[in-house]
Amino acid sequence: MQAHQRMLDPTSKGPHSGEFPLLQTAGLTKRYGDFLANDSIDIDVWPKEIHALLGENGAGKSTLVKAIYGLIQPSAGEIRWQGERINLSGPSDARRRGIGMVFQHFSLFDNLTVAENVALGLDGRESFKDMSARLEQVSKTYGLPLDPRREVWQLSVGERQRIEIVRALMQDPKFLILDEPTAVLTPQEADQLFIVLERLKAEGRAILYISHKLEEVKRLCDTATILRGGRKVATCNPRLETAASLARMMVGSEIKEVKAASARKSTVPRLVVNDLSLAPGEAHGVRLKHISFELKGGEILGIAGVAGNGQDELFAALSGERLSKDPGTVVIEGIAAGHLSITQRRKLGAAFVPEERLGHGTAPRMKLSENALLTGHAASGMVHRGFIDNAATLKTVDRATETFDVRKAKRDPEAASLSGGNLQKFIVGREILRNPAVLVVSQPTWGVDAGAAAVIRQALLDLATAGAAVLVTSQDLDELTEIADRIAVMFHGKLSAPLAVSEASREKLGLLMGGSSLEPREAAHAVGA
Amino acid sequence: MQLVLEKRAERSGTIALVSPLIAIGLTIVTMVILFALLGKNPLLALHAYFIAPLTDGYSLQEIAVKATPLVMIAIGLSLCYLANAWNIGAEGQFLIGAVAGSWIAVKTQGTDAGVWVLPAMFVLAAAAGALYALIPAICKVKFGASEILTSLMLVYVADLFLDYLVRGPWRDPHGFNFPTTAEFDPVATVPLLIEGGRLHLGSIIALLVVAAAAILLARTIKGFEIRVVGAAPRAARFGGFNANQLIILTFAVSGALAGLAGIIEVAGPVGHLQPGISPGYGFTAIIVAFLGRLNPLGILIAGLFLALTFIGGEQAQIAMKIPLDVTKVFQGILLFYVLACDSLILYRFKLVFSNRQVPRGAG
Repeated sequence: MQAHQRMLDPTSKGPHSGEFPLLQTAGLTKRYGDFLANDSIDIDVWPKEIHALLGENGAGKSTLVKAIYGLIQPSAGEIRWQGERINLSGPSDARRRGIGMVFQHFSLFDNLTVAENVALGLDGRESFKDMSARLEQVSKTYGLPLDPRREVWQLSVGERQRIEIVRALMQDPKFLILDEPTAVLTPQEADQLFIVLERLKAEGRAILYISHKLEEVKRLCDTATILRGGRKVATCNPRLETAASLARMMVGSEIKEVKAASARKSTVPRLVVNDLSLAPGEAHGVRLKHISFELKGGEILGIAGVAGNGQDELFAALSGERLSKDPGTVVIEGIAAGHLSITQRRKLGAAFVPEERLGHGTAPRMKLSENALLTGHAASGMVHRGFIDNAATLKTVDRATETFDVRKAKRDPEAASLSGGNLQKFIVGREILRNPAVLVVSQPTWGVDAGAAAVIRQALLDLATAGAAVLVTSQDLDELTEIADRIAVMFHGKLSAPLAVSEASREKLGLLMGGSSLEPREAAHAVGA
Repeated sequence: MQLVLEKRAERSGTIALVSPLIAIGLTIVTMVILFALLGKNPLLALHAYFIAPLTDGYSLQEIAVKATPLVMIAIGLSLCYLANAWNIGAEGQFLIGAVAGSWIAVKTQGTDAGVWVLPAMFVLAAAAGALYALIPAICKVKFGASEILTSLMLVYVADLFLDYLVRGPWRDPHGFNFPTTAEFDPVATVPLLIEGGRLHLGSIIALLVVAAAAILLARTIKGFEIRVVGAAPRAARFGGFNANQLIILTFAVSGALAGLAGIIEVAGPVGHLQPGISPGYGFTAIIVAFLGRLNPLGILIAGLFLALTFIGGEQAQIAMKIPLDVTKVFQGILLFYVLACDSLILYRFKLVFSNRQVPRGAG
């Protein structure tokens, strides 16, 4: 770890103006019970700096920025603002001083207009009319187009994020915190955001940029502070590092490369979707429109797209959590299954891994053996004449533990007590051990540490190599290009024609994710590939 | 320094067992204060409530007799509550079961009907209780009506229906105009276990129900389904379990058990149908279900404990002129503390010493 200590020399602050950092934490520590979420963290952020905060899930990034934004009180250490020690009483105190924050999860009211949402987030001295005018002006100045009169539910995720950014900018912050802002954006939208951030920097503001996308940090950020397990590992200039060296600092060890088997060949169609259309199940849900694709054994199809474009609805329609009136819309192993329940589809050889681990993929307060039973009761010999075979469910837990390196405190703990990565390994393992013919998996490595992500991706590749058809929905384009053979994009409930992964450049996928269609010539070329 | 509730990583099995005991302890402390405010000697009152009933054979039998309907109803309710179906109307299902079973008893009165009478009364009572419970269940599933309200309101319907029958068509012609049916014939009466005693066959049935529920919940896929639908509805749907079917099933089972308890009470200790056959068994059973941790064995113990409060309340009224309603106050306070203590299963208290230091000089 000592090798990574690349502390900046405090005397060589050439490009920075002023003698104090704009914001500084010294020995900042946050303790939750016996757990140190932040262990004595020092970080300096100067004006005109885009400072990346890098780390895996659980490294302590969120805790640190929550303390800086006044949402939590540090257990020890201090925060200095322009050289002076401050005690923030809460977020409004932080905003008054000039600290703004854009959260990863938006706090917007769907049924209110843009202007009303912004007004609710401001401290509210000016009239609604003045505020609306200023909102339009700010959004124009920074190239963040927004119609103040539209209701939020009509807006795309990118537009919703703009509301949050504009809301923060309207308070004229000197220091802006952005929590994984590009997680929900297409590559093109991300590029537009970077232009805005460069401009804010040029105006003399400082930005603390939380991310785990290393390429974008290398491109955008002047400084990077890397956290691991609640501690600061290093502060460095990301432009002088490689993505691999940054990843090594984040993870603390080399990450195993995922190996695609070269001899993977597709066989018979195992999952076919024919012109699937489905009305949304809930208000503001997405209507699925004429979705068709064919997935052969030995093949991995990736589905990209910005969240909220119908991926959840497609998963529910494929799994049988929502039924289709027309049986022929979903065909599993040659059998029309659109009208069959999830249990019947499992009996046909399908397996499913939903995005949400706790509460959907598992019952959080039940033991792993019971969660093995949850999806295994229909077709895995765990139930005899209505009675549960406890030995069989425990055996599944043990096998998943062994095969996928699930780390846990005891043999059969509650699902909620496992870390995200270990629980995801268990869930994926539980399904793969059933030897499915078809695996439909949503966001397989979302919020999972890099080591576990590699194990899971490898497992998906191995499953396809063994002859199964695998459908992976992911927001992470790097993940899809790494493991998929073809990639299709969901937009507004429609699915594009799949592109072979060799044809699927970031630019093309980005266009599809933003709703543009590819040039006819190009599209025809891609389908023919 | 402040006291905060902190989430536990895993639910605490120890607290799950100890929490009802803490709740009982807190309830007793509260009752001592209440007795003192009423101007009664708290120690004597506690003795009348909890010790005196345990000291003679007659009272012990009476505790078992009172615990019988409580346990049977609470077992059914626990299945509902585990599956997140909120049946509050067991009292009504109990009364309807009593009425339906009594119908056979009334119609066969004075005939030479054979030993089939009592089993037929049981079957009809259970069926009627189940059907009565299905009304709120179906309203919930089909129309989304809150089963809490509908099941509760149906209690009063059942209560008045029973009242009408015993004042009108079923009234004993030789009963001096009292609102009651004639005493049931011996073939329509639940047999006693001890000659000349109070303990009857119903207590054995209650024990069998406890055993069946324990096996159902711990060992069968249906029991797992009940638990997972309540604990994690979305995960249950992902597992292929249908929450609506389960609402129907658990309401039907709990209605059947309440109805059966109703006819056992009428054809057993009471001996005829009359208003006031239940001192609120259907409501007290809700407390029994929660005090017993929705666990069959726990419910058996909790049922005996609450039966003790009924008997103790009667004794306290006779010996110390403490109003019988104090028993209901006791039961209400107990439920309050049980639910409060249950939060300690998932959370723990922690003393936090403030981290705010006095700013030093210029800072």
